[in-house]
Amino acid sequence: MNLNARIPSGPIEQRWDKARFDLKLVNPANKRKYNVIVVGSGLAGGSAAATLGELGYNVKCFCFQDSPRRAHSIAAQGGINAAKNYQNDGDSVYRLFYDTVKGGDFRARESNVYRLAQVSVSIIDQCVAQGVPFAREYGGLLANRSFGGAQVSRTFYARGQTGQQLLLGAYQALERQIDAGKVKMLPRTEMLDLIVIDGKARGIVARNLVTGRIDVHMADAVVLATGGYGNVFYLSTNAKGSNTTAIWRAYKRGAAFGNPCYTQIHPTCIPQSGDYQSKLTLMSESLRNDGRIWVPLKQGDTRTAAQIPESERDYYLERMYPSFGNLSPRDIASRAAKRVCDEGRGVGPGGLGVYLDFSDAIRRLGQKTIAERYGNLFEIYERITGEDPYTLPMRIYPAVHYTMGGLWVDYHLMSTVPGLFVLGEANFSDHGANRLGASALMQGLSDGYFVIPYTLGNYLASEKFAKVDETHPEAVAALAQTQSMTKQLLAIKGKRTVSSFHRELGKLMWDFCGMARNAKGLEQAADKIAGLREEFWKNVNVSGEAGDLNQNLESAGRVADFLELGELMCHDARVREESCGGHFREEYQTSDGEAQRNDDSFSHVAAWEYQGPNQKPVRHQEELQFEYVKPVQRSYK
Amino acid sequence: MNLTLHVWRQKDVATPGQMVRYDAPNVSEHMSFLEMLDVVNEGLILKGDEPIAFEHDCREGICGSCGFMINGIAHGGFKNTTVCQLHMRHFEDGDEVFIEPWRATAFPVMKDLIVDRSAFDRIIASGGYVSVSTGSAPDGNALPIRKQDSDLAMDAAACIGCGACVASCPNAAAALFTGAKISHLAHLPQGQPERKERSLRMVRQMNAELFGNCTNIGECEATCPKGIPIEVIASMNGDFLAASWQERPPVEIAGAG
Ligand SMILES: Cc1cc2nc3c(=O)[nH]c(=O)nc-3n(C[C@H](O)[C@H](O)[C@H](O)COP(=O)(O)OP(=O)(O)OC[C@H]3O[C@@H](n4cnc5c(N)ncnc54)[C@H](O)[C@@H]3O)c2cc1C
Ligand code: SF4
Ligand code: FES
Repeated sequence: MNLNARIPSGPIEQRWDKARFDLKLVNPANKRKYNVIVVGSGLAGGSAAATLGELGYNVKCFCFQDSPRRAHSIAAQGGINAAKNYQNDGDSVYRLFYDTVKGGDFRARESNVYRLAQVSVSIIDQCVAQGVPFAREYGGLLANRSFGGAQVSRTFYARGQTGQQLLLGAYQALERQIDAGKVKMLPRTEMLDLIVIDGKARGIVARNLVTGRIDVHMADAVVLATGGYGNVFYLSTNAKGSNTTAIWRAYKRGAAFGNPCYTQIHPTCIPQSGDYQSKLTLMSESLRNDGRIWVPLKQGDTRTAAQIPESERDYYLERMYPSFGNLSPRDIASRAAKRVCDEGRGVGPGGLGVYLDFSDAIRRLGQKTIAERYGNLFEIYERITGEDPYTLPMRIYPAVHYTMGGLWVDYHLMSTVPGLFVLGEANFSDHGANRLGASALMQGLSDGYFVIPYTLGNYLASEKFAKVDETHPEAVAALAQTQSMTKQLLAIKGKRTVSSFHRELGKLMWDFCGMARNAKGLEQAADKIAGLREEFWKNVNVSGEAGDLNQNLESAGRVADFLELGELMCHDARVREESCGGHFREEYQTSDGEAQRNDDSFSHVAAWEYQGPNQKPVRHQEELQFEYVKPVQRSYK
Repeated sequence: MNLTLHVWRQKDVATPGQMVRYDAPNVSEHMSFLEMLDVVNEGLILKGDEPIAFEHDCREGICGSCGFMINGIAHGGFKNTTVCQLHMRHFEDGDEVFIEPWRATAFPVMKDLIVDRSAFDRIIASGGYVSVSTGSAPDGNALPIRKQDSDLAMDAAACIGCGACVASCPNAAAALFTGAKISHLAHLPQGQPERKERSLRMVRQMNAELFGNCTNIGECEATCPKGIPIEVIASMNGDFLAASWQERPPVEIAGAG
């Protein structure tokens, strides 16, 4: 397997310029002759489809929701980073680059991260020009806030709805191209397979979710921007429909899967309330700017928060990490919360919670300012829990939030299958083993607006494309395979529902491949998942018909893929015998419980290659070079 | 608590539907309304029946996927709350709950509680954007914008495209939705160059989609989960009228000599 990352040579600050100069261009008159498929209409896919349409390509864009405006990106609350240094507080492209490489615990590719930091400034300009209503100061200029893992204020935001506003900007740009006839949008259509002909990605198989019809769509290149796979844990902050199907089926067609075990657990989510729980709700990390996190000093303390005097509270993040305090990076804050709860000092039902307390901030700044900053978040919290955070501290607990792993891509964002590009959360990307807050929106838009328009053009201009259509044997075979899988799922008629399998898988993943992992647990979990998968294919009950709108069938296909992915995640976590970022192996920690990397053996990306059903996949390595930011033990003390 | 549900069941767009009664036993007050339906659906699947189809994704009140009538009120009628954010603590043991899809000619029912809202996308496609292609933008701070204007733009931009305004309007008008986008862009300098064209095109598209006419009843504002103010409709009408006036063919002005 070829893992050549195609990183340009020369000083890092010139690499993207050099690449852009070296990349071949498609003659403007020829662009309309190329057909491009974009799967996904979130920040990454929406911005890519709109921009490729503007450039003149023939684009077909797919999403499974009823409208491209509903992609999961819409839910992002906190903000988007950019190295604008508008606050004059010492930010720069280099600092954003540095923070991201360090925040990722030295497991990201330096050149990609540098490009991301460079492009970040253009993203803000583009979004402002589209009319995205970012927060502003009274002087009329853009406002910023700080976010976990950074000591500068570089996050741009639109109230608590940054993702929504950025996505609507991309969606509107996309609708403009739809109106112009350059993009054909196929909503309620789910990609179920990738078509590879002569070693190149040449199309997809997709199911119309209304009529149930399964069709082949051919193209000269395929772009996947299908989001993350956090829902392998069943409970996560992701939207219910977020899934791994597109990238998983591409993996089975030859695209390497990078670092599948890297999962981000977000420290500030509303704790689970019962077994029926269908998802977990994130409380934006921006709350940590003014909220203070604490638990009682004593174990099993049953007093209410108000009854516990200041001297008997443990503001553990401020204590353990005095320089970053409540703004410590996510992986660190999550593990610290788990640790204090494991010690029996957690609060709320089951002791699975810590306080996020605004009383000091309200006293200092007044309720009005706090309401201005976080009003809508406080409302969400109250609506869900029935408790008023202005008077009672919030209760929060970590939850699965983001997956840094994904399909392996090179500097051009191309996977190991030529012509298959992967953007946004779906690729293994720029965040290494841990993503900093407000960096996913930045990456999605960087990939879609500013990177893929160049690198895709280069691919199209460099390759010769044989004429192929739906009748090609590979297309016919992929179609037949998808149809037969659908039939098979409906024919089992077993005794368990799809979601009961999904919940069981999620619990295994959370217990053994979650915030803390160890060799024995991971091996057991991998075996149990294999067993669960076998049972699924014998005993699942999928109701309804194939030729119909059938939500049960949709989720059955997605859970079938999660049942395979979960096992790969456990293998990947097992082999990586070190702790780094969100991947914490109990066997590898420092004496004070911090993650201990092993740079000699694991300073690489693990890229897994599929070998066939029930065969062990092969693990390849892309060695990482750190020429600019020298790996040290991450310290936020 | 135990509830009795009456739910609209309809196979597809071409088949007539009907209300069907279901028991929802042991509902916890901490569940969301959709979680309550999830549990009912699990039971239906195990009995070999088809689960109730309803649209949902984020379950956080932001994607706009969810939405149906609960006892005749869009999203159930709790202030600033979508059905996915509605919790069962607002119901009582023994309640009968009637659940029906949005009803509007422009929103045909596709299955059970799912309707086709693609008309909204076509309204946006007709002009709900600033025509600025990637790469051509000036520096973000080159154009200061009065905070108050930016806040008003944000108020209007908060629309999630759920369709509750249409469903609760006796005329099934889409004026709140369309007005929200027109007003968002009209409050910003970036939106000015195309302001008139935009209002003409979007209002015409809205009418072409078979939405009804707005007669200022105000039900839309009352049920909108994002608190979109009815002023956006006035702002849309103002822009539309001004633009239509100027669109009339120029009249020769007779000179004095
Ligand atoms: C609650 C929450 C808050 C967040 N807040 C922030 C924040 O403040 N700042 C930040 O930087 N990041 C944040 N993130 C992370 C960030 O939102 C996501 O990582 C990012 O939006 C992902 O964008 P995307 O375009 O890659 O994918 P998505 O937005 O997930 O889009 C995926 C698209 O792919 C489509 N799709 C998927 N599978 C298929 C298929 N098989 N066939 C057809 N279409 C398919 C979907 O329909 C959708 O259009 C947050 C995440 C969550 C969960
Ligand atoms: S205006 Fe309100 S009710 Fe209408 S679509 Fe937008 S958010 Fe929904
Ligand atoms: S499911 Fe997204 S708004 Fe209700």
